[in-house]
Amino acid sequence: MEKIYTPSQDDFEFIEGRNIEVDTNFASQGYWRGVFVHFTKNKFAMTGVILVTVIMLFAIFAPVFSSYTYQEIISANVDGKEIVAKSLSPQFAGSAENLFADKTFIFGTDDVGRDLWTRTWQGARVSLIIAFVAIFIDMLIGTSYGLISGYFGGRVDDILQRFIEIAGSIPTLVIISILAIFMDKGIGLVIASLLITEWIGMSKIARAECLKLKEREYVLASRTLGAGSFHIIFKQILPNTIGPIITQVMFSIPVAIFTEAFLSFVGVGIVLPQCSIGSLIEAGFGNITILPYQILPPISVLAILMLGFNLIGDGFREALAPKLEDM
Amino acid sequence: MTKYITKRILMALLTLFIITFVLFVLIRIMPGNPFPVERMSAEMILQKRLELGLDKPILVQFKDYLSMLMSGSFGNGTSLYNGAPIKPILLKCLENSFRIGVLSIFFGTIVGLLIGIVAAINRGKFLDGLCTIVSILGVCIPSYVFMIFLQYFFSYKIPFFPYFFDSSRFLFSSIMPALSLSLLAISIIARFTRNEMIEVMNSDYVKLAEAKGVYGWELIRKHILRNALIPIVTVIAPLVVDLLTGAMVIEKIYGINGVGKLMVDAIAGQGVDYNYVLALGIVFSALYIGAMLVLDILYGIIDPRISLTAKDG
Repeated sequence: MEKIYTPSQDDFEFIEGRNIEVDTNFASQGYWRGVFVHFTKNKFAMTGVILVTVIMLFAIFAPVFSSYTYQEIISANVDGKEIVAKSLSPQFAGSAENLFADKTFIFGTDDVGRDLWTRTWQGARVSLIIAFVAIFIDMLIGTSYGLISGYFGGRVDDILQRFIEIAGSIPTLVIISILAIFMDKGIGLVIASLLITEWIGMSKIARAECLKLKEREYVLASRTLGAGSFHIIFKQILPNTIGPIITQVMFSIPVAIFTEAFLSFVGVGIVLPQCSIGSLIEAGFGNITILPYQILPPISVLAILMLGFNLIGDGFREALAPKLEDM
Repeated sequence: MTKYITKRILMALLTLFIITFVLFVLIRIMPGNPFPVERMSAEMILQKRLELGLDKPILVQFKDYLSMLMSGSFGNGTSLYNGAPIKPILLKCLENSFRIGVLSIFFGTIVGLLIGIVAAINRGKFLDGLCTIVSILGVCIPSYVFMIFLQYFFSYKIPFFPYFFDSSRFLFSSIMPALSLSLLAISIIARFTRNEMIEVMNSDYVKLAEAKGVYGWELIRKHILRNALIPIVTVIAPLVVDLLTGAMVIEKIYGINGVGKLMVDAIAGQGVDYNYVLALGIVFSALYIGAMLVLDILYGIIDPRISLTAKDG
């Protein structure tokens, strides 16, 4: 008969005090980490990020470090006469016969004698601030509206959606013209018109997401545990709708920048001596045949900003919902 | 189908009615004075108010206004500033804008479809890449950047096209405005057409058609385009709206006497002309709602499933 081995005390030892290696690789990656990896791999999106960052850095720092302010009219005193640095093109500003050869005007000066370099970046700053403020408030309004409409459904949803349908079929221009009667031209009018028009798209996306999510088990579970509607909407559903909402925000920002530029261009936006991208383009367009250099800086900044934000938006959309073939 | 169309038309009319009412009330309850105060004495203003019926209750005024609209005139018929009747000016401007708008939608759809089809057929090749880049740039860069450059180069540097719009040589001088206005439409439609075509090309029924021996233009027209067309019709709807915005800029750039310019003059001119704003607001909303209505009905014709499945539509 074979002898059965019985383990004794000597076969075991305590491993206390030794280093235990813990596995740091997890089988599944976090959702946002995946989105981040996907986004940074996308060359177009990263180009967008770089373009927007560069413009933003200039918009923040260029007016600070410039030797002129954006509304300062530069002049020189020659033989007791005050001569204003009007309409100096960048090429001429560097040449020797120029009275202002000791000063640098990277983009030249405008037809009243203000430095275009400072004005362009100040304008970019104003346009970006308008866009960010307006879209941030739109996001708050639109998201809450859409989530409430989607979550409660039924009659509430019907009424809220009818309202959106009618509000959405008033053309933006009509809304702006009505606002122009109530308000003075300027930053306020631009922001107000963005507030009234842009939240609708945001609310539609939030509603669609909410309709999907409210049927999920985790919402049911939380309701069973006694959570109130407010808690479910803003604590349970909202965090899961953030992705699509951020994408929409990224697409709304260029729309806002464009709307501002458009309004200022047709003459209901920013008023002098304030400046924005749109008002600079408007001023440059007036002199395009004689002084074409004046329109180039603001129009390039506008184009780069729009391109950059659109590329970022596209990148986000792809990163949030990667297609099977990209994996 | 008839029921669906009737329902949509009724909805559109109701929406237009509500918008007219809201616009009217907003403009009437506005603080301030609709008249140029510096040029009129208090007595004249009072007399003018009586003359225009502004002392009556708002609802009565709205009823009068509606009956005036029905008979085909706008507001009290005249501008508050110079007393000129609104209707003939508005009609003239509408005609100019409408011609350019139609021309640019026409350009946009044809060229956009062509680019999209070419890109989809040459998928992954050089032409496809070129089309993609062009359409990305077209979508991202605001159209009036293009407009200004097109005008600068083709009307000023190389003075081939007229610098300003000239209604006596309508077709020739509207080529540039219409082309620059349609750039956005071209790029959006091209991008959409390409993506939709590729999706349809990979579907089973196209493979079946190919297996049956259908090929070339016949395959594209009968099997691919017809199915790819529905989403393309969807993108044209918001384009009509963009066209109104674009029209405002293009009319300023080329000096065209159109509704956009009229609107800018009414709100950014020496003072706000209430009657013009109201009339233009109604015209713009009517155009917009009309365009949406036509597109909705078009969906129904292209894809009969929609009218059957639409519950509230």
